[in-house]
Amino acid sequence: MACIEARGLRKQFGSTVALDGLDLRVEEGRILGLIGPNGAGKTTALNAILGLIPYQGELRVLGRDPWKERERLMVDVSYIADVAVLPRWIRVSDLLDYVAGVHPRFDRVKAEGFLEKTSIQTGSKVRELSKGMVAQLHLAIVMAIDARLLVLDEPTLGLDILYRKQFYDSLLNDYFDRSRTIVVTTHQVEEVQNVLTDLMFIDRGRIVLSCSMEEFEVRYLEVMVRPEQLAAARALKPMYERQAIGRSVLLFDHGDRQKLAAFGDVRTPSIADLFVAVLGNHSGAIKGVAV
Amino acid sequence: MTAGSQVTADVQESAPAAMSGMGAFYWSVRRELWENRWIYIGQLGVGGVFLLGFVFNLSRWLTKLHGLSENDPAKYWNAVAEPFNIGAGLMMGTLILMSLFYSADALYGERRDRSIFFWKSLPVSDWTTVLAKASIPLVVLPLLAFAVTVAIHVVLLLLSCVVLPANGISLSILWKQLSIFQMWGLILYHLFTAHALWPFPVFCWLLLVSGWARRAPLLWAALPPAVIGALEKLIFGTNRFVTVVGTRVVGGGAPTDMTSGEMFPTGPMTHLTPLRYLAAPGLWIGLAIAAVCLVAAVRMRRYRDPV
Repeated sequence: MACIEARGLRKQFGSTVALDGLDLRVEEGRILGLIGPNGAGKTTALNAILGLIPYQGELRVLGRDPWKERERLMVDVSYIADVAVLPRWIRVSDLLDYVAGVHPRFDRVKAEGFLEKTSIQTGSKVRELSKGMVAQLHLAIVMAIDARLLVLDEPTLGLDILYRKQFYDSLLNDYFDRSRTIVVTTHQVEEVQNVLTDLMFIDRGRIVLSCSMEEFEVRYLEVMVRPEQLAAARALKPMYERQAIGRSVLLFDHGDRQKLAAFGDVRTPSIADLFVAVLGNHSGAIKGVAV
Repeated sequence: MTAGSQVTADVQESAPAAMSGMGAFYWSVRRELWENRWIYIGQLGVGGVFLLGFVFNLSRWLTKLHGLSENDPAKYWNAVAEPFNIGAGLMMGTLILMSLFYSADALYGERRDRSIFFWKSLPVSDWTTVLAKASIPLVVLPLLAFAVTVAIHVVLLLLSCVVLPANGISLSILWKQLSIFQMWGLILYHLFTAHALWPFPVFCWLLLVSGWARRAPLLWAALPPAVIGALEKLIFGTNRFVTVVGTRVVGGGAPTDMTSGEMFPTGPMTHLTPLRYLAAPGLWIGLAIAAVCLVAAVRMRRYRDPV
């Protein structure tokens, strides 16, 4: 069974089309990065998956209709919808009591174990914690929930690099076990490049690219070309070309590694570069992207 | 997912259903008490200020008691019970204000600080949350007001035990005049009938608006009644609507009891009329309005974006 399955998912806010017949399938045990410019429909898609907004089209999450069976679904799904959404007035220990009280899959001892590795005191109120600590606290709670699907919408926005790195490290080391599914959206694409197993680009409410990371590494190649060889390289039809320190970097889709090696070092592009290439070709709507 | 964990998942299927019932409701109420500490700190504060005021005005009460004769029992009771009644009345006033302000912020606060994203990530239904919030002005606040009133009365009694004999007034007048347990029973009854159930539609209306408004929910909530009142005044020249709503808010007009000339429904002559109260169409119309508002508030929490 697919963890998430959407067919023709549509959502309109007034005259703005946020999701334009989105098709998507996420198998269990994957870590999917959903990447797109601002306003591409990432958050709308996640909100639909979490049963937070009504939608048109077909959508099943863990075999359930998220809008109609939201409460039941929330036993198996946990999410961090944004940074710092924990109530500021609550005491950490009260927060743990509350989640333990309402969530049948929450392991309080586990959460306390995660918190012990941080400098968060259970007697503190959330408002006394720094932004990074609040993110750590939220992650500790979410990781102590034995959920089948974890959704992270910009979970590290505005955090400094140390917290961001820690965040994904603990997610991979202490949480992910190949039976859970994680869906993450972020603008800090490089940081998740080695974390993801699957990649999706979304633009204007549609999926414009979808591949596994294995596929990504085989399919997309990048080569830095000296000016005198540029014409020859261009003949191989790169999908995108950019300038870097006086050289041209050409990005190929399904390029021939042997042929390309003649121009220079062939390497896997970064997700960010591919993103610019795909979205740049696709719509030119890359103004909002911060990579 | 392995076959084993699938079985566990199915076995656990019924557990969450039970938990989302009582457990989730209990913890949702606890959450309200954590979030709104001011509702009990405020009540205790008002109680404390009243007691201080009483101590400073003690001599006035004593003079009043000195000049009394037992020939006029109603007047006598009023004088003896005065601080007890004023204390109870003050807590009722506090209760009204707190219920109004609490209800107007209940569904607004979590949208304003965006914590609704967190609450909604847990398996707690919108119904549970909204009912837990509605139970604060309906049950929790009146109980708190009652507890603080009783505490005030206990302190007043203890003070009297010291002060009255020291000023040559026999303590017996307290015991004779003031049947304190009956008084407490009457106060509890009054709090729930006049200040919780009777204005409940008002609280539910505020709850609904607090789930809708982008800012200043109390003002938005006051707007429709004000407009209706103004239109009524313009067209019919009357003030019925505003009067009805206003008396609801302060708990007036509820046929809870008949008092014989006493200002407070706590005197020995108070005659409770629970049947008349339960048979009053006003009560049921109010509760029907409350139910409609609650259903709408649940929908609001489901559909409405955070602020």
